[in-house]
Amino acid sequence: MQQQQGNRFFFNVDWITVLIYIALCAIGFVNIYASVPPEKTMAFGFNELYGKQLIYVISGLILGLAILLFDGRLFNVFSPFIYGGTLLLLLAVLVIGNKVAGNQAWIAIGSFKLQPAEFAKFGTALLLARYVGSFNPKFRDFKSIAIAALIVGAPLLLIMLQPDTGSALVFLAFMFPLYREGLSGYFLLIFLGMIVLFVADFLVPTWILITIITVIAGLFIYNNRRKQKIIFSTVFVTVFAIGYLFLIKVAYEKVLAPHQRSRIELMLGLKTDNRGAGYNVIQSQIAIGSGQVTGRGFLEGTQTKYGYVPEQSTDFIFSTIGEEWGFLGCSVVIGLYSFLLLRLINLAERQRSTFSRVYGYSVACILFFHVFINIGMTIGIIPVIGIPLPLISYGGSSLWSFTILLFIFLKLDSNRMGFF
Amino acid sequence: MDQLFNRKYIVQGLFIVIALILLGKLFYIQIVSDKYFLSAESNVLRKIYKYPARGAILDRNGNVIVQNEPVYDLMVTPNEVKAFDTLALAQALEIPIDDVRKNLRKARGKSTYQSTPFLKQISVQSYARLQEILYRFPGFRTQDRTVRHYPDSVGGQLFGYVKEVDSADIASSEGFYRPGDYKGKSGIERSYEEILRGEKGVVNTVYDAHNTPQGSYADGKYDINAVSGERLISGIDMRIQKLGEELMTNKVGAVVAIEPATGEVLAFISSPGYDPNLLVGRSQGNNYMSLIGNPYKPSMVRPIQGRYPPGSSFKPIDALLGLQEGVIDVNSTFNCPGYYMAGNHKVKCEHVDGNISMRRGIARSCNTYFCHVFQKLITKNGMKKQRQTYQDWRDKIAKFGFGEKLDIDLPFEKAGYFYNADHYDKIYKNRWGYTTVISQAIGQGEITATPLQIANAMAIIANRGYYIKPHLIRAMGDKIKKEYVDKNYVGIDVKHFEPVIDGMQDCVNSPWGTAILSRIPDVVLCGKTGTVQNPHGKNHSVFIGFAPRDNPKIAIAVIVENAGFGSTYAAPIASYMIEKYLKGKVTGSRAAQVEWMKSQNLLPVLKDKTKPVKSVTKADSLLIKKADSTKKVKDSLSIRAATIKQSVATKPKGNKTVPSENPVTQK
Repeated sequence: MQQQQGNRFFFNVDWITVLIYIALCAIGFVNIYASVPPEKTMAFGFNELYGKQLIYVISGLILGLAILLFDGRLFNVFSPFIYGGTLLLLLAVLVIGNKVAGNQAWIAIGSFKLQPAEFAKFGTALLLARYVGSFNPKFRDFKSIAIAALIVGAPLLLIMLQPDTGSALVFLAFMFPLYREGLSGYFLLIFLGMIVLFVADFLVPTWILITIITVIAGLFIYNNRRKQKIIFSTVFVTVFAIGYLFLIKVAYEKVLAPHQRSRIELMLGLKTDNRGAGYNVIQSQIAIGSGQVTGRGFLEGTQTKYGYVPEQSTDFIFSTIGEEWGFLGCSVVIGLYSFLLLRLINLAERQRSTFSRVYGYSVACILFFHVFINIGMTIGIIPVIGIPLPLISYGGSSLWSFTILLFIFLKLDSNRMGFF
Repeated sequence: MDQLFNRKYIVQGLFIVIALILLGKLFYIQIVSDKYFLSAESNVLRKIYKYPARGAILDRNGNVIVQNEPVYDLMVTPNEVKAFDTLALAQALEIPIDDVRKNLRKARGKSTYQSTPFLKQISVQSYARLQEILYRFPGFRTQDRTVRHYPDSVGGQLFGYVKEVDSADIASSEGFYRPGDYKGKSGIERSYEEILRGEKGVVNTVYDAHNTPQGSYADGKYDINAVSGERLISGIDMRIQKLGEELMTNKVGAVVAIEPATGEVLAFISSPGYDPNLLVGRSQGNNYMSLIGNPYKPSMVRPIQGRYPPGSSFKPIDALLGLQEGVIDVNSTFNCPGYYMAGNHKVKCEHVDGNISMRRGIARSCNTYFCHVFQKLITKNGMKKQRQTYQDWRDKIAKFGFGEKLDIDLPFEKAGYFYNADHYDKIYKNRWGYTTVISQAIGQGEITATPLQIANAMAIIANRGYYIKPHLIRAMGDKIKKEYVDKNYVGIDVKHFEPVIDGMQDCVNSPWGTAILSRIPDVVLCGKTGTVQNPHGKNHSVFIGFAPRDNPKIAIAVIVENAGFGSTYAAPIASYMIEKYLKGKVTGSRAAQVEWMKSQNLLPVLKDKTKPVKSVTKADSLLIKKADSTKKVKDSLSIRAATIKQSVATKPKGNKTVPSENPVTQK
C-alpha cells in the first residue's frame, strides 16, 4: 500500500465503471448533436444544446474526479446534513421555483437552472444507507419500516407537490435496497400485484377480476384449511385487493391529471390519438422502428433531422439512438446499462460496510428505474413519464446528479478495505 | 445472512429480465415490423404527381381525331392558407363565394397539411386571370393536367369518355390508380386505357415536422418523369365518320363500315350520337346524366350492342351455303307464285316472278327462293335427320361471325342470338323441322345480329370467303398489332361467290334491283337491301353492301330503325358514304340528296310509358310457344300488300330527288 501513496486518491477505483460512465456520456453527446436541427450544426456553438452538454459532461467528469478526492467517511458523517439540505431545496423550489410546463421544479441561479429533485436522490440514498448501516434493522418490525418509509417518503411527497410524478416514482426504487436488507418479499409482490390489478382493471371488467380473485383465494384457503394464520392473511389480502379495485376506479378519476390519464390509456391501447397526446410516443416509435437493424446512420434519421419527435434531446433521446443506430445501437446502449447495473450490484455486495452496500444498491436501482421507465416510454410499453435517460439525456442537473450518485459509490467502493 | 445475500440474484435477475423485455420490443418494432419504417417515410415524404398527357388518336389519313387540351387544377394546402380575399378568388374562378368556403372546408376535411384539389379543371382563361393574383393566396397552387378534346365533335360512343377514377377503380387497380387519376371509362378510351394513359411521374420532396419543404428526397433518385401515353392510329376515316353521323342525324340506328382486306373499321356510327366533348370538363356529370336520361338512348353503342334481325341481308349467305352444299347450283330456279308454303303456313313474297333464278332472286330479294334453298339445306339428309342437319347448318353459318362476339377492340360488345338445335328441342319437345324455323331462311325470327356482325358478313363476301377480325385501332405508336392479320376462312369455296355477287350487283345496278336508286356513278356497288320486321313499330331499313366489286375497298352495313324499306334510307346513306370514301366527295345531283337525307327526322314517336303495354310481342318464338315464326312474317307482309302491286307495275326510274316516295321494295 505504501507504493500506492502517490496515487492515494484514485487507489482501488473501479475504472471499468468509470469507462462505462464516459462511454454513456459520449453516446449522449453524439446523439444530442444529431437531434439538433441540421442548420444549427454548421458551426460548433456552445450556445447550442450539444455545446452546453459538452460543458456539462466535462464539468461532470471533473466533479466526479473531485468526489474521489474526498475522504469516503465524510459521506457517512454528513449524510443527515446532505439529506436535510436537499429537503430544504425541495421546499425552496415550491416557493421560489420557476414553473416550467406546469411543474415547479427548477430554481434559477443566474442563467443556470437547478433541479432539486435530481439531487434529492443521492441525499435520500445516503441517509437511508446511514440509517441501515448504523442500526442494522431487519425490517421485521413496524418501527424500522416506518423510519425507512419516512426517509424515502419526505422527499417523495415534496416532489409530488411540484408536481413531478415521474421523479417521485423513481423513489420507489428504494424498495430494492430495503428488500436486500431484509424487507419481506411480500412487499414487492404486493406492489407488483397492485400494478397488475391496476392494468387488468382497464382491460377486464371489474366483476370478472373479483370473481377470479375470490376463486383463487378460496382454493388457497381450502389447501391450507388447517393453518389458521394463512387463512386469516389470505382473507385480509383478498378484501384488500377487492377494495383496491374499487379504490383505483375513484382514484384514477380524482387523483390523476387528465394528461396522465390519457397517457395511461394510450399506453394500454384503449384509445389512439396520433395528433394529440399520443403524438410524441407514436413519433418516437416510428423513429426507433425506422432504424431497423443497423439504423439510418449518423445525422441521417429523418424523424430526428426534421424534428418529428418533440423533446428529443431530453426525455426522448433514445429515439435518436434507435433511428440512427438501429437495433444494434439500441442493444449496445441497453447492454452497457445492464453491464453497469449488474456490476454495481456486484460492487455493492463486496462492501464490508452495510452503509456502502445499501448505498450501492440504491444507486443501481435508481439508475435501473430511470433506464427502464425512459426506454420503455420511448417504445410505448410504459406510459409517458418524463424522466431522463441517465447520462445520455440532455441536461446539467440530471447529468451531475447521476455523476455525484455514481462517484460517491465509487469512492466508497475504493475504501471497501475498510477504514470504517 | 446467506439467505439475504441470495436476494442479489433476484435483483440482478430482474434487471436482466427487464433488459430482455426492452430488447424484445425493440426487435419487434425495428426488425419484425416494417410499419414504422413506412410511417417514417410517409412522415417526411410528399409525392407530387406529374400527370402525363394521354396518347393522341389519329385517323387512317393521319388526321388527329382525339387530342389533349391543357386545364389546371387549383390545389390547396389548408394549413398554409392565411386569411384571404374570398371575393377576389371567387371572381377569378367564376364560382359563387359560398363555394370557395365550402371547397376549403372540404379540403380541410381531407387533410390539413397535404395538398388537395380545391377546384378541378379550371379553364385557360380563369387560369390566366388567377396566375396574376395567385401570390395573394398563400397555400394555393395550380397543377397542370390535360383533358381530352375531340376536334370533330363526333364519335361519342366510339371514343367513349375519360373520368376521374372512383373508389372501385382504385381498389381493383392494385395500387396503380390514386384519387385524382383519370381513366377511360368506355369506348376506345377504355379498351386502350393502358396504352393511352402513359406513366405518371412523381417528385419526392422532403418535409419537416412544420411542413416546410426541405428539398428533394435522396437527390431525386426516386423521382420519375411523366411519360406521355402512346399514340394510336385508328382505321377510322374521319371524312365518312363525320358524313355518316350527319346523315344519321335525327335517326335511330347504326352504320359500320369495314375495309375488307384488313378488317379495319372505317366508320362506326351509333345514332343518335353525341359530341364527345360533352363528357369532358366540369359539366361532365350533368351532361352524362342527361345522356342517360335521353329516351333515344344515345348512351347505347348500337353497332355492337343493338341486336337486329339481319333480314334480307342474310339471303346471300343462304345462297352461298346452298351452293357450297350442292343443294342448288347457279342455274337452279324455283317457282315463285308470290308466296312459299311452309307446311300449312304461307310465307309471302312481295312479287310474283314465276320461275326465278338465284341471281334474280338475290336482286329481287325473293323470299320464296330462299325458303326453298333453306328447305333443301335442312332436308338434304332426309326428313328424319333434320335436327342434325339444322345444327350442321347453324355451325356453318356461325363461321360468318353470327351467334358469337367478334371480339372487337371495344368494351361491352354483345352478340346477336343464333340458336343451336337444343334450343328448339326444348321449346318444341323435339317435334320440329325446317318449317318451324323457316323464318331464319330470310334472316327473321330467332336470329339477330349486331350491325358489326352484319357488316363483317359483308366483308366476308367482299373478300370471297374470309374475314379479318374487325378492329378500330390498327397501330399503337408505330407498332402494328399482330393479331389483326389472321384470315378467318368461312368454308365456302371462292368459285361460289361470283354468282352471288352477280345478284348483289344487280340489286343496285339493274333496273329490277331493289336498290337501283342508290347506284353510284362509275362505281360497281354490290349490295342487298333489307326491310327488317320490327315487332315494336315501323320496320327497320337495312342495307348491306361493298364496293367496288373487284378488289373491294369498303364493306358497309346501315340500319335505320323505324324507317321502313331498306331502299329508302339505308341504301342511299350507304351509297353516299361509299362514294365519299372512294371518290372523296359525293358527286352530281347526289350531293343535294345528301342534304335532304341529313334533314330527315325519323325519330320514332315515343311510347307513353305510363300506360301498361297491352300484349307481349317478341321477335323470337322462344316466348310465344305455339305461334311459329312464319306467322309473324306473314302478318307483317300483309300490311304492305298495297305497295307490292305498285312495285310490280312501276319500272323504277328517275324520281331521284324524293327517294322516300320510291315504291320499289323488296322481300
